[in-house]
Amino acid sequence: MPDELAGAIRGRRVWTGTISFGLVSVPVDLLPAQRPGPPGLRMLAPDGTPLSRQYHDPDTGAEVTSDQIIRGYELDEGGWVTVENDELSDLAPEKSRDIDLRVFVPQEQIDPIYFERAYFLTPSGDSRKAYRLLTRVMEAGRRVGIASFVMRGREYLIALLADGGVLRAETMRFHDEIRPVSEIDLPDRPPDDGSLVKRLKKVVRANSSDTLDMALLEDEEAERLEDLVRGKVDAGDVVASEVEQAGGGDEDTSDGDVIDLLEVIRRSLAEQVPDEEARPLSDLTRDELYERAQELDIPGRSSMRKAELVEAVRGRA
Amino acid sequence: MARAMWKGVLRVGDEGIPVKFYSAARDRTVRFRLLDRTTGRRVRQRMIRPDTGDVVPREEIHRGYPVPGGGHVILDESELEALEPEKSRDIRVETFLPPAVIGHVWYRRPYHLGPDGGAATYYALVDALAEEEMAGLAHWTMRNTRYVGALRVVGDHLMMVTLRRAGEVLETGSIDAPEGREPQPRELRMAEQLVDALSDDFDPEAFRDEYRDRVLDFIQARARGENIRFPRAADRAGSEDLAERLEASLAVLEERKSA
Repeated sequence: MPDELAGAIRGRRVWTGTISFGLVSVPVDLLPAQRPGPPGLRMLAPDGTPLSRQYHDPDTGAEVTSDQIIRGYELDEGGWVTVENDELSDLAPEKSRDIDLRVFVPQEQIDPIYFERAYFLTPSGDSRKAYRLLTRVMEAGRRVGIASFVMRGREYLIALLADGGVLRAETMRFHDEIRPVSEIDLPDRPPDDGSLVKRLKKVVRANSSDTLDMALLEDEEAERLEDLVRGKVDAGDVVASEVEQAGGGDEDTSDGDVIDLLEVIRRSLAEQVPDEEARPLSDLTRDELYERAQELDIPGRSSMRKAELVEAVRGRA
Repeated sequence: MARAMWKGVLRVGDEGIPVKFYSAARDRTVRFRLLDRTTGRRVRQRMIRPDTGDVVPREEIHRGYPVPGGGHVILDESELEALEPEKSRDIRVETFLPPAVIGHVWYRRPYHLGPDGGAATYYALVDALAEEEMAGLAHWTMRNTRYVGALRVVGDHLMMVTLRRAGEVLETGSIDAPEGREPQPRELRMAEQLVDALSDDFDPEAFRDEYRDRVLDFIQARARGENIRFPRAADRAGSEDLAERLEASLAVLEERKSA
């Protein structure tokens, strides 16, 4: 699995840019270090046709096409402020290719509840020398770099951690996104004779372990779903629709092979993109689309209008 | 004061410790709704057949799982119901580990736990975990979803952090460290000096989500009938020789110090 996995990770670059500390820059690629949970079930018509989504006005029932849609922010005092996608992307921080290292801090000072999502950083181009140097020094001094960078029109605060010669970037929650414990109503400690503490400590000691058994983190839900689906496939209970969505067909298994369902589920895990990427392309701003086009190296992207970018990115995704 | 989002009972050995869950993370991203630009009314989503464009009413929608070679396995209502976890308030805490063994790459969402009623049993568990320097590994079902979490003592209270599932986390070993020539002692020394010079204590309040601030300012201004603009920042130059860059960076920092 590790080889297969490493290959899958390498193919999933989500951003490319440069770490800068002082006047030194290290070009890097950003790769996700986490995969989302199992994919959800698809919605189908009674004959097995996969359904599509459509916007509509619930009052009139009429379809609302995507060029007719605008974002609205509901004010506390009532009423809406509407904002065009282009206006939002104009507000986004300058599209810099820099991971701007602002400060190095001792690792133990960061409460782990700040961390949100992890990525690997790998050297790109001929930056291995600087990459190794930075990693080595950070690891030896148990230092974490705090930096900010812009990805898809959003500014992220990240912690750069060096571990085993590899740099990880972990996006962090901002301070005002963490609720302090003072906001919950904790009662005072009542007087206590210590007997319950003693009993609990005995339970803790009797059930302690030094290693994390992966079996404890297994996803029973996904396994039960898998069992159920496998059973139905074995029973020939598959609905094949004549109307398959473009690109929906997998490789040919017509020679009656046993279908490796686990493999399919794994593959859909690998193919599933983070929530942010799951937004319909038409919901993205032109800048976000442009960035996607840049990642896909679509020629002529700089002169494309938004609709053209949507088409070009859709064709390559 | 924050409101509890769920209540459950920690099961540790034969003891039951009732607790309330409070979300410890709040996403402050500015949320927009989608409106029809002509009518100004909110739009909703519905499902249609892509071939005919016909709307498919909710009660006619089936759920299915795609299989290789095309086609789907359809799961009916009763099959889906059978998959749902049993409803329960029990939070089973059956394994205890040194907190560092559960790496933060597994962390998903943090919750503060407060006692639901008897504070004595709650604080007894705080003390037991703190004195043993252990975290509990917990399993429970909350709002129809199974969770696994790390039960930790933070300060003088309990926190539960939900964890990612096996297979969702790619640990550092899944990627090879880049190979190459060893850094020169002189480069190492200068890089250390540079990291030292840029070192400080971690101050989470020093960082703000400036994009969010801008979006909110923009919205408030527009609500007053104004339009505002924000200046854009400039980019900086790239690198040449590594040792030279390190040296130049140290010189800049030195200058700043003596200025």
